[in-house]
Amino acid sequence: MPRLNSAIDLERLKQEILTRADGKRIVSITNGTDGKTRHSEAVVQAFIDEVEKQGLADKVIVKSTGCHGFCEKEPSTVIFPEEICYVSLKPEDAPEIVSATLIENKIVDHLLYVDDDGNKIVHESEIPFYKYQSRIVFGNNRLIDPKNIEDYIALGGYTALAKALLEMTPEQVLEEVKKANLRGRGGGGFPAGIKWETTRNAPGEIKYVIVNADEGDPGAYMDRSLLEGNPHSVLEGLIIGAYAIGSHQGFIYVRQEYPIAVQNLSVALEQAQELGLLGSNILGSGFDFDVKVHRGAGAFVSGESSALMTAIEGRVGEPRPKYIRTAVSGIWERPSNLNNVETWATVPLIINKGSEWFTGIGTEGSKGTKIFSLVGKVNNTGLVEVPMGMTLREVIFDIGGGIPGGKKFKGVQTGGPSGGIIPESLLDTPVDFDELTKLGSMMGSGGMIVMDEDTCVVDVARYFLNFLAEESCGKCVPCREGIYQMLKILNRICEGEGREGDVEVLEEISEVVRDFSLCALGATAPNPVLSTIKYFRDEYEAHIKERRCPAGVCKALISYYIEPEKCQACLICLRNCPVGAIIGGKNLVHVIDQEKCTKCGTCFEVCPPRFDAVTRLSGAKVPEPVLAGTEVARKRGKKNE
Amino acid sequence: MSEVTLIINDEEVKAEEGMTILEAARSAGISIPTLCYHEKLAPYGACRLCMVEIVRGPQSRLVASCVYPVEDGLIVKTESDRVTKGRKMLLELMWARAPGVQPIREYGIKYGITGVQVIRDYGVGRKNMAKFEIEPSFCILCGLCVRYCAEIKKENAIGFVGRGIGREVVFFPEIARRTCPGCQECFSLCPTGALPSHYGLVEACH
Repeated sequence: MPRLNSAIDLERLKQEILTRADGKRIVSITNGTDGKTRHSEAVVQAFIDEVEKQGLADKVIVKSTGCHGFCEKEPSTVIFPEEICYVSLKPEDAPEIVSATLIENKIVDHLLYVDDDGNKIVHESEIPFYKYQSRIVFGNNRLIDPKNIEDYIALGGYTALAKALLEMTPEQVLEEVKKANLRGRGGGGFPAGIKWETTRNAPGEIKYVIVNADEGDPGAYMDRSLLEGNPHSVLEGLIIGAYAIGSHQGFIYVRQEYPIAVQNLSVALEQAQELGLLGSNILGSGFDFDVKVHRGAGAFVSGESSALMTAIEGRVGEPRPKYIRTAVSGIWERPSNLNNVETWATVPLIINKGSEWFTGIGTEGSKGTKIFSLVGKVNNTGLVEVPMGMTLREVIFDIGGGIPGGKKFKGVQTGGPSGGIIPESLLDTPVDFDELTKLGSMMGSGGMIVMDEDTCVVDVARYFLNFLAEESCGKCVPCREGIYQMLKILNRICEGEGREGDVEVLEEISEVVRDFSLCALGATAPNPVLSTIKYFRDEYEAHIKERRCPAGVCKALISYYIEPEKCQACLICLRNCPVGAIIGGKNLVHVIDQEKCTKCGTCFEVCPPRFDAVTRLSGAKVPEPVLAGTEVARKRGKKNE
Repeated sequence: MSEVTLIINDEEVKAEEGMTILEAARSAGISIPTLCYHEKLAPYGACRLCMVEIVRGPQSRLVASCVYPVEDGLIVKTESDRVTKGRKMLLELMWARAPGVQPIREYGIKYGITGVQVIRDYGVGRKNMAKFEIEPSFCILCGLCVRYCAEIKKENAIGFVGRGIGREVVFFPEIARRTCPGCQECFSLCPTGALPSHYGLVEACH
């Protein structure tokens, strides 16, 4: 590919690509990490083969793209220009779709998305999961083969870079981002423009810009999907930022655990370099910029900015105790501006469409959109991009489709292990940096874990503390020792050994861990505990005082019992018990040997609903078992009459 | 270097720009407890015992005095309620980890703790703590030895391994075998005496 030396070159290339694709239909198939777990690779290949076989090779483009968002239904395809969407595809569906939809223009009914009321939905934008979203950052994923820079350019990619480099001064770019009030999408919500300005004004010739792609929250994967699906948007944002700041060297810190993201990113860098969009004299502007990919070794704490920078220097990723901002003294004590993947990907949009357009979306304090990974006990799991200000209820119920199995909603964890659990009563809270912080949670990088009534909040708090205890770097005392002691207490409570006063001790340690820790990992670590104590204190009390787990989760506090009057001696539970803890036989009432029982709950699940003989007890004594050999009281059926 | 005046515990203290609060306080005879601080080494900010409260108008904030630079007019409280309450808890947390250690006992007495009182260590939850099981230690992970070896001796014969509660100090045999027998300067830095015994152990194994 020839080097692009001006905005005109870029425009010419774009037109060329568009002309080549003119009149062709596009079959876009999700093939990111989530798709690949369901054999999307084979689906893509099947489509390529089938298009070839049915003689459509010059009329149809098959695109292997990153995740479109609706992970639950992947692999899925969107056929352009109509935006016909087929979900949950298998390789064997390809011939039918190609012959019916691509040749005969007919809809393949049985592959359409079916909503709750049984309606089949043809177009992607009408699917409830997508209907309420505004996918300004994430939406392009479905039109881009991440390994092909041309796809990004066809969508107007790098025009923001051309505009910034060739028509704007660095000050103007900075001003625009400041006016847009773009806040850091990585969790902290610090205004990006102000951070940029700090680095720009900091003394020192050499400055760095960094992409933080060390996404480590359990259940969060929006950064991965953005890097995998649309790496150029991140890169373009980064170059624009570097120009505004006056940096000529960038780093992308990406986790080694994201192999596809690393791969697509490397390809993207190569292609951008080839086209002269990266390297020296970008687009003929005289501006030079290089990027290095640094692969992280999988430490959650390395997402903390000073730890990340220490890691880039080649040392163990531990936070620094300094009170001087990394924006002023970061990598090798040089001014270093770090932003999250999503923040960088938003920058080109702001430059292209203007800060006014951007501030038109969102709330007073939080502008634009935010991508969340909506996971847990929710019908439609996936990545959702919503305007700031949408309520949690809308996200979970309108987009997420509510809780599966008719269960009741209990809480939602936002902000991953650093966030808190927000209960039902506060579901009308808008998604907004400040509002979520007020509730003792935080926006975080955008994890949203939905929990239903079968979730024990004490157990959840323990889970997150366990994660943090493993991920703490261990440098400072409050985080290392404090989290450990809190975890010990939570473990005891869950194992039925909690004592009065434990909740107060948890609060007391929390306060010190929050106030005395060296970095944000420790400072936010108590949030899962404090928020659950705040909103679900009664559950802690039930565990401690009544030795009862209200959700029936904590094994030490539950027992299973077969009600002798209801048992029909069907032998199902007896055969399924993995430890042989059920005694009984044909016509004999089944009894659980409480000593042997491991409380796996299998009997509870397999007991036929029409008998409903197995109950889960918590906080109550297991009744004395019936005498061995007691015969069942048969339900009166025709046979016995 | 220009001079700045700050107020520590209602007392006017003169200091030079670039000094930390800890240095300024100590030069004025005000003591602030520390475990990981050493004047020859770069501030580490890990023990958090030196945290003090700085007041700006109606707002106050806790900062590590070993790192925080002095500012003109800065109001510092080294023994405010928030500070002492936190220090007590920190000492108790360290006590739980390293019960027999001299400096922690000494500070403990000063801050009125005589053992693990609040945490009330009445046993570990049985099943889920196995991977976190730690034995009481003499090492408080202050890192003085590690940093001395890296910063002053530039040998890196000793370092941290593991993370979180599993963090520990080890000698790296490849380097230690060569450099340690003739040096052992870190031994006298160790506030708990854990290091010589550890090293002795390592040597004994060879």
